[in-house]
Amino acid sequence: MAAACILGIFAHVDSTVRAIRDLRARGFTDFSVYLPVPVEEIEAALEEGRPVSPVRLFTLIGGLTGTVTGFALPIWTSLKWGLVTGAKPIVSIPPFVIIAFELTILLGGLSSLLAILVLGKLPSLRRSPTYDPRFTVDRFGIAVTCSPDLVAAVRTCLQEAGAEEVRR
Amino acid sequence: MRRDDAHQPTYADVNRDVIGTLWTPSPAYFGWMSIVGLILTAGILAWTWQIYIGMGAAGKRTPQNWAMYITSFVFWIGIGHAGTLISAILYLFRARWRTSIYRGAEAMTVFAVMTAGLFPLIHAGRMWFAYWLLPYPNQRYLWPNFRSPLVWDVFAISTYLTISVVFFSVGLLPDIAAIRDASTGWKRKIYGVLALGWEGTDRQWRHYRRAYGLLAALATPLVLSVHSVVSWDFAMALVPGWHSTLFAPFFVDGAIFSGFAMVLVLIIPMRPLFNLYAYITNRHLDAIAKLILVTSLVLTYFYVCEAFTAWYSGDHFERASLFWKATRNYAWAFWLQYFCNSLVPLVLFSRRARIHPPTLYVVSILVLIGMWFERFNIIVPGLGHDFYPYTWGIYYPTLTDTLIVIGSFAWFFILFLGFIKVMPSVSIVEVKETLPHPLKDPHH
Repeated sequence: MAAACILGIFAHVDSTVRAIRDLRARGFTDFSVYLPVPVEEIEAALEEGRPVSPVRLFTLIGGLTGTVTGFALPIWTSLKWGLVTGAKPIVSIPPFVIIAFELTILLGGLSSLLAILVLGKLPSLRRSPTYDPRFTVDRFGIAVTCSPDLVAAVRTCLQEAGAEEVRR
Repeated sequence: MRRDDAHQPTYADVNRDVIGTLWTPSPAYFGWMSIVGLILTAGILAWTWQIYIGMGAAGKRTPQNWAMYITSFVFWIGIGHAGTLISAILYLFRARWRTSIYRGAEAMTVFAVMTAGLFPLIHAGRMWFAYWLLPYPNQRYLWPNFRSPLVWDVFAISTYLTISVVFFSVGLLPDIAAIRDASTGWKRKIYGVLALGWEGTDRQWRHYRRAYGLLAALATPLVLSVHSVVSWDFAMALVPGWHSTLFAPFFVDGAIFSGFAMVLVLIIPMRPLFNLYAYITNRHLDAIAKLILVTSLVLTYFYVCEAFTAWYSGDHFERASLFWKATRNYAWAFWLQYFCNSLVPLVLFSRRARIHPPTLYVVSILVLIGMWFERFNIIVPGLGHDFYPYTWGIYYPTLTDTLIVIGSFAWFFILFLGFIKVMPSVSIVEVKETLPHPLKDPHH
């Protein structure tokens, strides 16, 4: 049996938070929330029991790759052609720290960007069917996925919390 | 209608007001674009002439081979710094006043670094060989000399440009989605592609917010490092007046100082032009003016240190270099720098001056002039009077390099003018974040 999707549109932060709590309390966990702007109260309600976003892992791996490359490249290339300049050692670490630092930031930053795209499932060509253009202005939305026989319960739950509009 | 500070906009007001700035431009806008475009054309023609004739067209002679191009390069890199400071450092400090000005400042950073990046190419003469500075496998098995500050510069500047562009684009993403939803026809299609399908789901925000914080944390040490690396282009050399450990903090402070002046030059006209009084308030002008004042005082301290160490070092060449700068051919530029950077900003001790746009505008323009001349005074007189009398020399600007330098300002302003009509110059999302959230039961 295909799952149904119900969208509740809210004008207020407190009613959105209430709807999230009520849905959770009634056992509905498969929903996504649309926000025009990140709101701490809503995030706090959503984050309960969730692991921390893995973005930082991307940044860490990218940054460390940059550090290693930033040392490896100058050391390797300097050894390839042992040209002494300024009476300094062929492998002179202090100036290579600068290259390593810059590449740490560069690859750390680029992998954070990659994390936004990969984890946020971007770019996506089509809007999801529950998306409403008001979600980038001033309305909050909760799209609940449930089995068709529970549609009425979800609808009641969203309306009781104070949804302006509930639709399928 | 001018709205005063007391009026609190709603979420929908923010969308309407900010997206409203993107409406069809006025004839005055096209007028400015044409003027800036003509100046840019003159600059491009001058560059073409320089490529055709050779570097002699730019008045480049030993010993002053760096002259105005590297002066402008350092100046433009410095301008970028205030943007990153506002967007990254003030973000980490949760300074909420930054929200309505950070987008403009960030755009300024990206365009300033794009302008700065032109100068090493222009200065290199045969800029089609600029890629030789990058490490890439080649048939002669030659690699760049990683002990050279110029190679550090390549890494620092390209990282700075890349990270600034990433930070800027990531910040724009939810705003582009808001424009997409408010527009129709072909505009909707273009903004739709640029928004990458952003919907603002909790899943997207969750990763986005964390990544944004991490990007800010990465950009913060970067901004401090970039101008330090630029300063080492000088400080690593033995030229009197350059070889100093003071240079890194001295350059970073000067960069932030000039960058804030440029922020004011850009946002003061935007406020009446786009009727952004509700978003760019006197509080913002006051805060930026205070930062200009503080950085000016720090800079004055560095100037004193510079002169003191030259004298106290007992080094004949250091003393001679400073004496020559202060009294001979370039003395006018030397004293102009002190006047603009140390004296003029003292006006900002008065609160009335800090919130008076015409005063702020004049101060900012003078600061920009002063900071350009500060770099000029380091480079041109510095190279013109080093150890041996037979290598001393005087540099005279030519029409070619003057037009190229003026053209760089046109390039910067044409990018900025273009930007404010296609992208929101005030962040829709971040301004909304500072507003009270809509509550059904406000007493709850």
